[in-house]
Amino acid sequence: MELFTNQVLAGIATGAIYACMALAVVMIYQAIDQLNFAQGEMAMFSTFLAWQMIQWGVPFWGAFALTLVISFAGGVMIERLLFKPLANAPILTHVAGFIALFAILNSVAGLTWDFTIKQFPSPFGSAPFLGSQLISTHQAGMIAVTLVLLLALYFFFQFTRIGLAMRAAAAQPESARLVGINTSWMVALGWGMASAIGAIAGMMIAPVVFLEPNMMGGVLIYGFAAAVLGGLSSPFGAVIGGFLVGIFENLAGTYIPGVGNELKLPIALALIITVLVVKPNGLFGRSVVKRV
Amino acid sequence: MPRCLLRLPFAALLAATIALGGVSPSAAQKAYDPGASDTTIKIGNLMPYSGPASAYAIVGRIEQAYFRMVNDQGGINGRRIEFISYDDAYSPAKAVEQTRRLVERDEVLLVFSAMGTPSNAAIQKYLDAKKVPQLFAATGATRFGDPANFPWTMGWQPPYQTEGRVYAKYIMATKPDAKIAVLYQNDDLGKDLLKGLRDGLGAKAAMIVAEDSYEIGEPTIDSHVLRLKASGADVFISITTPKFAAQAIRTAARIEWRPLYVQTLVSASIGAVISVAGFDNAQGLVSAAYNKDAADPQWRDDPGMQRFHAFLDAYAPDVNRTDNSAVYGYGAAQCLVEVLRRAGDNLTRANIMKQAAALQGYAPDTLLPGITVDTSASDFHPIERLRMMRFSGDRWELFGEVIGGELDK
Repeated sequence: MELFTNQVLAGIATGAIYACMALAVVMIYQAIDQLNFAQGEMAMFSTFLAWQMIQWGVPFWGAFALTLVISFAGGVMIERLLFKPLANAPILTHVAGFIALFAILNSVAGLTWDFTIKQFPSPFGSAPFLGSQLISTHQAGMIAVTLVLLLALYFFFQFTRIGLAMRAAAAQPESARLVGINTSWMVALGWGMASAIGAIAGMMIAPVVFLEPNMMGGVLIYGFAAAVLGGLSSPFGAVIGGFLVGIFENLAGTYIPGVGNELKLPIALALIITVLVVKPNGLFGRSVVKRV
Repeated sequence: MPRCLLRLPFAALLAATIALGGVSPSAAQKAYDPGASDTTIKIGNLMPYSGPASAYAIVGRIEQAYFRMVNDQGGINGRRIEFISYDDAYSPAKAVEQTRRLVERDEVLLVFSAMGTPSNAAIQKYLDAKKVPQLFAATGATRFGDPANFPWTMGWQPPYQTEGRVYAKYIMATKPDAKIAVLYQNDDLGKDLLKGLRDGLGAKAAMIVAEDSYEIGEPTIDSHVLRLKASGADVFISITTPKFAAQAIRTAARIEWRPLYVQTLVSASIGAVISVAGFDNAQGLVSAAYNKDAADPQWRDDPGMQRFHAFLDAYAPDVNRTDNSAVYGYGAAQCLVEVLRRAGDNLTRANIMKQAAALQGYAPDTLLPGITVDTSASDFHPIERLRMMRFSGDRWELFGEVIGGELDK
């Protein structure tokens, strides 16, 4: 029983990582209706920027805020320079663009900061949380940050003009344009926000998995799984999906013989496929009806 | 006498190699294979200068610098070394392509110190078919010391199986009632080391009460460590690469699991792993070593390490000398130079292999006292001894005797 509880707690702790990442995945999906394969690398790159600033003596929260600003600007810039010219290109072209971005960011980070692992400081410390050795104050802080972020996004999309405009631009680009929304800039804004959320995810994840150019590789797959499970159109679903994936992965690894050793990673992939087949909109996503 | 060496003004640097003696055939016996001539010896190499494993590329830079020093000092028996080192990005497919380029276009005499198990495994058959030496492959996988099936391939560092045997001997001697839990990376590294451990324990292999493997794609390995702790083991062997090693050290400390913690050699680097995991979390860890640690003050007056530091000052001043890869590259390059020197004017590929397989008691500057390079026609594992070390304060402290982990011939 103790092992069970421990694995669930550890699963929640790992799940917070996936939830954070899934939130960024859903954000960009909302803006451009596609999965951005370079999302993880963008987050990693932002985290390196923060790390570099901290190395230069900038206090943590200063570096945190600056990184958000730079990441936002960077996200907008990537959209303007790379993806706006491709706006009307077929989806495969976009996928190629994402993969190119992935490779470029990964290599540039490797070249600049090399591939050795680095410690990334946590603003929350790493003491046991409420006496539990399995969840540290950092992981509790990460869960809190994820929830705050979720709430902020909810209010942004429900109650602000610009949030509503972004949703309109993504859902009904044609109608949105007719009512005077600059849809092209809304997409850029979506990129900027996704990039900034990715930066937060990266800075929360790095203290757990250590900072290095490939730190998001595995995380992104689980983040995708979480987003798909929760529903790609639902930030709330993405967060719940993250925790579920974390717990499910640990329990399957512990109690299903054979899975523990060889098959832990495929669990995430199996989950993606299962959800897509059984319930394509995920647990919390709304179904999209398109007019023919 | 090696007549060319007498002219060298830096005899001090090569003193060790000269002292060990060698045969210098007379000019009449000159024999060359592609890549060797009266003036040059062409050596090929693969390194992951880009990609995920590029931290290891320091080995290639150091080797390059070492050969530059040898050339500045007059070369080997009067011949300059031309070191052609290509990037394979740690990708087996690229490794094959670059090796073909080295052998067929650049016509190198041999391929030296290619980095990593995947790349070496990918080029092994090709080089064997072409009868080109794959010398001192930079990997501990045991399959690179198999003269019966691959007479053109030889590794350098202690094979992972040897390391496993050394830990088995150490545990049986100090904790005969141990219950051992093993976390291993699911690849050649993990499986080889685990096999060595089991073979070393022999009839007492039941001491291993729990085994868990992980894939390098997993974001964290907390769950594995929890499971192993639940097994009730009092010895934990972590066969892990740097990122996972640091995670395991930190997680074990956080959940207050304090077994006899064995961290395998690949991730014993203070700079790359221990300092990242936190010195507090790593107190009492044990591991094994065969190289001298460049940051360890006990080697301050060691002539070999003084030569090493002098070399770095002059030829690679910007390299982080606490990085284990620097010591590794120096030792391997020095060992190759020794082989080439002994080959004299008979620079055929067959003779290179013959000389490489006849090293006895050879000690590069960087090996720990009591550990030497020993090969024979049936033993293609140059280094098969290690010494245990324990982490204390901010550095590793060697303890106990040198432990042999020779694999069955």
